[in-house]
Amino acid sequence: MSDTQTLKQTPLHDVHAALGARMIDFGGWRMPVQYGPILEEVTCVRTACGLFDLGHMGRYHVVGPDAIRMVDSVATNFCAKIPVGSIRYSLFCLENGNPIDDVLLYREERDVFIVVNAGNRERDLEHLRKHAEGFDCEVIDESDDLDMIALQGQTSVAILQELTEGCDVGAIKYYKFDYGTVCGIENVRISRTGYTGEDGFELYFPPTESERVWNKLLEVGAPHGLKPIGLGARDTLRLEAGMALYGHEIDDNHNPVEAGLGFGISFKEEKGDYLGRAALEAIKANPKQTLVGITTDGKRVPRQGYKLFRGDTEVGYLVSGSVSPTIGTNIGTAYVLLGNEEVGTELEMDIRGKRQACLVAPQPFFSRTRK
Amino acid sequence: MRPTDRKYTKSHEWIMMDGDTAVIGITDFAVNELCNGNEGDLVYCDLPEADRLVEAGETFGEIESVKAVADLSSPVAGTVLENNAAIEDHLEILSEDPWKKGWMIRIKPTSTKLDGLMDAAAYDDFVAASAE
Repeated sequence: MSDTQTLKQTPLHDVHAALGARMIDFGGWRMPVQYGPILEEVTCVRTACGLFDLGHMGRYHVVGPDAIRMVDSVATNFCAKIPVGSIRYSLFCLENGNPIDDVLLYREERDVFIVVNAGNRERDLEHLRKHAEGFDCEVIDESDDLDMIALQGQTSVAILQELTEGCDVGAIKYYKFDYGTVCGIENVRISRTGYTGEDGFELYFPPTESERVWNKLLEVGAPHGLKPIGLGARDTLRLEAGMALYGHEIDDNHNPVEAGLGFGISFKEEKGDYLGRAALEAIKANPKQTLVGITTDGKRVPRQGYKLFRGDTEVGYLVSGSVSPTIGTNIGTAYVLLGNEEVGTELEMDIRGKRQACLVAPQPFFSRTRK
Repeated sequence: MRPTDRKYTKSHEWIMMDGDTAVIGITDFAVNELCNGNEGDLVYCDLPEADRLVEAGETFGEIESVKAVADLSSPVAGTVLENNAAIEDHLEILSEDPWKKGWMIRIKPTSTKLDGLMDAAAYDDFVAASAE
């Protein structure tokens, strides 16, 4: 058991406890992994709507005349080309092309708002501040001044609009943000983003209001099927939607090119040099392996670290896995050596000495918009 | 309190002597840790065949839930006599009745002494402390 004394708590910690959530250590935070059965929580988000506490994620603001130039020197995406009011997925890579984190960049008129993973908060901040030297900008840690929750699912527009004034939330396009008065709180950042593959929003407001906003959303959302959702279901939802998770598909040893995250990497000449650019270009020209989806009809669940075999030859390894109530089989993601990535390729996963058949499957497993 | 007719391990197995054989299973706490009260979260259980030799503390099988895989460890050394095959297709037995219907293996132990294991009261305290 982890020492709960050393774990950080979000402003909603006591609310989760009162809801009977099972709490776990996640990236140094004590977080709800589930309130009820995980698979029912997944289905709730796919058929109605779910509410997520994201207070553990890091929220930084790079402000000042050089903010955008500075972000472009460390981020893989082209920050200067993001339209104001839009959001882009990006990574912070080291010289070797491997990421220290993947992030969302919110482009403001002059400044950049950045959301990072809980487990990488400290090193992201250190990294940003180190590379901000020489630029006329400041990296402000807003994590403790601004809480964050997500509302995800088909009924999210109806639910959020009931509590919002001064903003037509349904008019905010995917991966764009706006501001409105939510639950009477002015100037709440409303972002049409999420980590589930569903339509939905991420909201930012002062932590003193967290409990009230959370409870109000659950109250207004109840007739729309809204329920609180834990990290267990969140992991399955993101995996079904083909979204990478730092520590699985990408980490200190797994670059974003082979992970298929090219949409978050700019090789445009105008962007200029940035940390990791040369390495990423070299990997793109000569990749060794690639990330694929895996499905299996066997009972056992694919899990990070299991090796993959094609006949007697080891050809890869799993990095994520889950039971998928949406797809109806067990699913995972894996790195395979090039030549084994074709959809339908028959492989076997080694589960502690026992083999189970599996197939290379198309990604993403689930897409609301594309199907 | 949990059943007093058996002994318990720190890895949440129970063992009950039955003549010169011993029956082994896992506790309600172990089942709940895996599936949090949701029997549908259990997906797989692998038990050893008869005649398999196990050492004390050795892994004799695995149980898997949506979230995790857990080893099943033998509290004592011995030879497996039979397994409860019903579990593999009906994992809900484990949450319904971990003490009787949910038995996992019967073994012929090399010694009938159950040394170094907890009684029900000690196990209750152990679980209460680890749940903190």
